[in-house]
Amino acid sequence: MAKTKVAQINDSLYDFKNKDEYAFKIEKGLNEDIVKEISKQKNEPSWMLEIRLKALQIYNKLSLPVWGPDLSELDMNNIATYVKPNTDIKSNWKDVPQNIKQTFEKLGIPQAEHKYLAGVGAQYDSEIVYHSIKEDLQKLGVIYTDIDSAIKQYPNLVKQYFSKCVPLSDHKFVALHYAVFSGGSFVYVPKGVKLEKPLQSYFRLNSPDSGQFEHTLIIVEDDASLHFIEGCSAPKYSKINLHAGCVELFVKDNAYLRYSTIENWSKNMLNLNTKKAIIEKNAQVDWVSGSFGSKISMLYPLSVLKGDNSRTEYTGISFAGQGQNLDTGFKVIHIGKNTSSVVNARSISKSGGIATYRSLVSVLPTATNAKSSVSCDGLMLDDISRSDTIPLNNIENNDVVFSHEAKVGKISESAIFYLMSRGLSEDDARALIVRGFANPISKELPMEYAVEMNRLINLELKGGIG
Amino acid sequence: MEKLLEVKNIYASTNQKTILKGLSLTINKGETHVILGPNGAGKTTLGNVILNNPAYTLDKGKITFDGHDLKNLTTDEIAKLGVFMSFQLPAEIAGISTFNFIKTAKSKQQKNVNVFELKEELNNLAKQLQIKQEMLSRDLNLGFSGGEKKKNEILQLLALNPKLAILDETDSGLDVDAIKVVSKGINLYKNNNNAVLIITHNAKILENLKVDKVHILIDGKIVHSGDAKLVKEIEKNGFSAYKEGK
Repeated sequence: MAKTKVAQINDSLYDFKNKDEYAFKIEKGLNEDIVKEISKQKNEPSWMLEIRLKALQIYNKLSLPVWGPDLSELDMNNIATYVKPNTDIKSNWKDVPQNIKQTFEKLGIPQAEHKYLAGVGAQYDSEIVYHSIKEDLQKLGVIYTDIDSAIKQYPNLVKQYFSKCVPLSDHKFVALHYAVFSGGSFVYVPKGVKLEKPLQSYFRLNSPDSGQFEHTLIIVEDDASLHFIEGCSAPKYSKINLHAGCVELFVKDNAYLRYSTIENWSKNMLNLNTKKAIIEKNAQVDWVSGSFGSKISMLYPLSVLKGDNSRTEYTGISFAGQGQNLDTGFKVIHIGKNTSSVVNARSISKSGGIATYRSLVSVLPTATNAKSSVSCDGLMLDDISRSDTIPLNNIENNDVVFSHEAKVGKISESAIFYLMSRGLSEDDARALIVRGFANPISKELPMEYAVEMNRLINLELKGGIG
Repeated sequence: MEKLLEVKNIYASTNQKTILKGLSLTINKGETHVILGPNGAGKTTLGNVILNNPAYTLDKGKITFDGHDLKNLTTDEIAKLGVFMSFQLPAEIAGISTFNFIKTAKSKQQKNVNVFELKEELNNLAKQLQIKQEMLSRDLNLGFSGGEKKKNEILQLLALNPKLAILDETDSGLDVDAIKVVSKGINLYKNNNNAVLIITHNAKILENLKVDKVHILIDGKIVHSGDAKLVKEIEKNGFSAYKEGK
């Protein structure tokens, strides 16, 4: 039988480059002058500059993590941390410069906005270039804007929440993030307001030798509900790009937030992202996450189940191909009574890719009658790829129902034979099995993204479009 | 009579062990053949070698199907020529519904599969095979009972309508009622332009089928062939006479 073709992924849909044009690109490196310059470019209030400078000090003190993928190839002296695109923020696609507009059209963003979204934010390099929200939502008091505008227009709200969920000193790349952050979305959903359609922010990094450090801050007040989608991609360059975003989510009593991510960074990206939710009484946060791209990813969303009866679910998949090391997972801290967490994680590795599921379940003494169920499955498509699960469980009271299940396996040759005996080619048979494996996750994604994920899987397996 | 399958003096091995040792067999269109043999005789190997399962090697001899030498063809190419095998232990595939799987397989035969027509056809077939309709939306074979799996194989046989159906131990582990349903399915499939090869070690399934030829397979070789009467004889006396006779 012919060996399965496992060539390089054809990223043509994402891998188109615009000329590296910008209004301003900061010199490469990281020091106090650079941080001050970013703040000056943004015309920020002084309290924000103080946060940045404090973060820089922390960054300089902290060392790289001693676990996980090797990050030694990251040299901040080769990264420009701020690239201001050739436009300011627009609320009509007509006004967005042609080449940037075309980028987002190719990615399907305006089309999706038209079809099924309640609002859209689009970031190009370091700044949001487009933001809009449906008028009726504005009237209800929903705020959906870029973080820079929020700092100026809603300083009290931002001050109250910014960096209060993810502290500056959380880890080295959070400190880096706070020192140079730029762009990202701010969402405020007032009490009792339930959004039927999702909001979506899309992050595109076009500039080579640069980093993207967007900050997403979402507050969902009591009894409110929101589905937020983020997407990200970049064209491939030969040198390292860096993404160190930060997501802070505040979900109040009885509120619901669904946070969906599909990440397809190019294979020269180091994706060192931080996401965290603080979940109050009777509230729920569901994370849905698809990780396909990047050279190295370290991403472990954290749910803090602070309020009694709060719940969280994490549904995630990662697909590590040649040269990729995707170290992803989920963390949950049970604090309140009767809290529950459910994890369903899957990973696929092929052509030497490494997919690691790393998790932490922490149940504090206060979290009586907590429930936690973790299930993670790894599928290796060949003998040179790796799939690992590294769970860490820290259960500090006896009144807990906890289950953990981990499986790592390969596609069975007898299954391939069975499918081929019905007329499917070997490639089709493998793709069918992989799609089936991913199905419990892809069906949780927004429909367009589920279709997109199946397309990505087929591409990954076939090594190109026919 | 038109020859459909010709197996000529084949030697085949798996895991470096020779299993088939000079097996020959010719099946014409319109015929139903039965291969009976004890455990370990090479029954399952035969179907796998015809479909060129990479886990098996054809060391010697030749297999021709409908005028094509199968030697250098892949399993899917052979399937597309019109060979179907009902598996003794069909694989369980998570995340793909039985319906979607059959639709995919069907789309390899014809360009435009009409989903509504197919749905109706499968619902109809399911009824005749006493399969619960909800089985079509369940993941392929996942958590199916032994009987459901076998019926699902027959459902696929009828939906894909191949030229040759190889039924590998389709009756094993089935109760009397399920065996009746399965043989009903085989009768539904059978006509003058196709052929059936039933591989089994027990004869119950044959009671409701019209059998043209019966072969006794012992130690990788067909040691005796005859008509349907041979089935009764084996039922009565077992294989020992043929084992000693070789």
